Amino acid sequence: MALLDVKDLSVRFDTPEGEIHAVNGVSFSLEKGETLGIVGESGSGKSQLNFALLGLLAKNGHTTGQALFDGKDLLSISERELNKIRANRIAMVFQDPMTSLNPYMRISDQMAEVLMLHKGLSKRAAITESVAMLDAVKIPDARNRVRLYPHEFSGGMRQRVMIAMSLLCHPEILIADEPTTALDVTVQAQIMELLAELQREFGMATILITHDLGVVAGFCERAIVMYGGRIMEEAPVDPLFETPTHPYTRGLLDAIPRVDEDQEALRAIPGNPPNMTGAPKGCPFAPRCALVDERCRVETPALMEFAEGRARACFRSIEEVAA
Amino acid sequence: MIVYILKRVAIAIPTLLLLIIFSFLLMHAAPGGPFTQERELPAQVLANLNAKYGLDQPLWKQITSYIWGIVAHFDFGPSFVYKDRTVNEIIAQGFPVTLTYGGISFLVAVFAGVTLGAVAAVKHNTIIDYFAVGISIGAQVLPNFVMAPILVIVFTLILGWLPGGGWRFSDPSFWIMPVIALSTSYMASIARIMRSSMLEVLNSNHIRTARAKGLPGHRVILRHALKPALLPVISYLGPAFVAMITGSVIVDIYFSTGGIGKAFVDSALNRDYAVMMGVTILVGALTILFNLIVDIVYGWIDPKIRY
Repeated sequence: MALLDVKDLSVRFDTPEGEIHAVNGVSFSLEKGETLGIVGESGSGKSQLNFALLGLLAKNGHTTGQALFDGKDLLSISERELNKIRANRIAMVFQDPMTSLNPYMRISDQMAEVLMLHKGLSKRAAITESVAMLDAVKIPDARNRVRLYPHEFSGGMRQRVMIAMSLLCHPEILIADEPTTALDVTVQAQIMELLAELQREFGMATILITHDLGVVAGFCERAIVMYGGRIMEEAPVDPLFETPTHPYTRGLLDAIPRVDEDQEALRAIPGNPPNMTGAPKGCPFAPRCALVDERCRVETPALMEFAEGRARACFRSIEEVAA
Repeated sequence: MIVYILKRVAIAIPTLLLLIIFSFLLMHAAPGGPFTQERELPAQVLANLNAKYGLDQPLWKQITSYIWGIVAHFDFGPSFVYKDRTVNEIIAQGFPVTLTYGGISFLVAVFAGVTLGAVAAVKHNTIIDYFAVGISIGAQVLPNFVMAPILVIVFTLILGWLPGGGWRFSDPSFWIMPVIALSTSYMASIARIMRSSMLEVLNSNHIRTARAKGLPGHRVILRHALKPALLPVISYLGPAFVAMITGSVIVDIYFSTGGIGKAFVDSALNRDYAVMMGVTILVGALTILFNLIVDIVYGWIDPKIRY
């Protein structure tokens, strides 16, 4: 049985402008120790999908569907039960390390409270463990620097602190929400390398949310491509890159600039991400798709498995997309 | 830190001097004087009075001898109107009263305001929030010169529970109505500031991190949200505290508490230069002191601020 089984999950937000359909009927599963990438551009619903799993949506957000973890539905259990899972069994690393740590508390206090809460450690033991974890994420002089405040660290170091904090309880699942987006390119590579190393060492299943296909190629075994709150394509990483079967995936791959080709301009996908207000109709990618026809605009293609571990949501044939 | 405090105190001295000079000049620039009355005094009497209080001297001499009196003897001079009383006596009598009811009002306003604002923010857009906002708007729009007589009518005349006026340090029943009348509008302001800053903090990323740690809701609020949410409230509290402990004319008049709020207004009406100057300097010095205290508290809460 899969470690995490998400079935038909939808996320909606009530706003004065109407109901926003951020995530629409997403299903996927995550095996023990697996690395899964969730790829999509801003507004594709990839972050909200994961916030929903840990009950971290904004107050006007609602979920439907199921997310089974250890026999419990994360979407319907009480806050009390969810608190026993948060950080303890499913942990999260957030996008912006500048603001995601509490600026008014010492790192030692922020980290220790996790262990004191979930493992019942004394403050002293919790700080000792925290220092060991800071060592594991390669923060130099962790023993002394654990007493510092977040603003006394650089962005990359803060993200290391964030990662160390998320791993304190040795969670079964780590959700990393664009962990490198807010960082310098050189620091990005270091952080991804560190994550890969820790993933091998601790063996936790990892969901990596990103808009960076390169990061997915380097880190993940399997990837889900999201657009407009829906899954467009799902595949192991190698075939996904070799033979994309969805026009959107193809557009994303084509948009990656290549240094080995003489290229005049960047190849962007024309158009803008969809407005998510109101109930969606047809394929969300239809307005920007080169292969669109009438059917795409009125009918929503279902996600269909067409080979072992590979699925796509498109009316066009694989050959048409590849052409 | 010590250096910073000493620096601030060093700046406070010229600031107070400027305050003294400006208020002194302003006072003298206004037409009339302490002995101007409807029926004019004989010229000789007026000249003698002016000579007695030094008003016949050139202005610069009046200022320097006044400042010298404060610096050398901590003497704020005699009252121009109450012939047998000095300013020091008037302040020594009135200030403890306003300090008492003002200090208590401050504690009530802070405690009730912070609680009301925080609860409203946590229960944002629920009936509790609307109720809390309703209370604070009500408290804000009901001025204390309306509230004071209503309190007297209800608690003294109808229910007969509380004395309608006067002041006794030994009997808290004399304190209750002045405290209610003085604290409500401050409480309302604090609640509104607290509510909006708490709402902002609750939507910030580090609160989401705290929730993702599995902390129960009340721990998220008390441990992670309260401190940053209090910062804007604290900067409001410095000046508010000074305004409260230096008293309110309305409270002093309606409840006959005999605080310095009334002394201050009377002095302005009577042209009692010395009392007016004395109270002005007291308020000025307290304002400088509490702004300094606010800055120190800020540095203690926000680790990014280092002096």
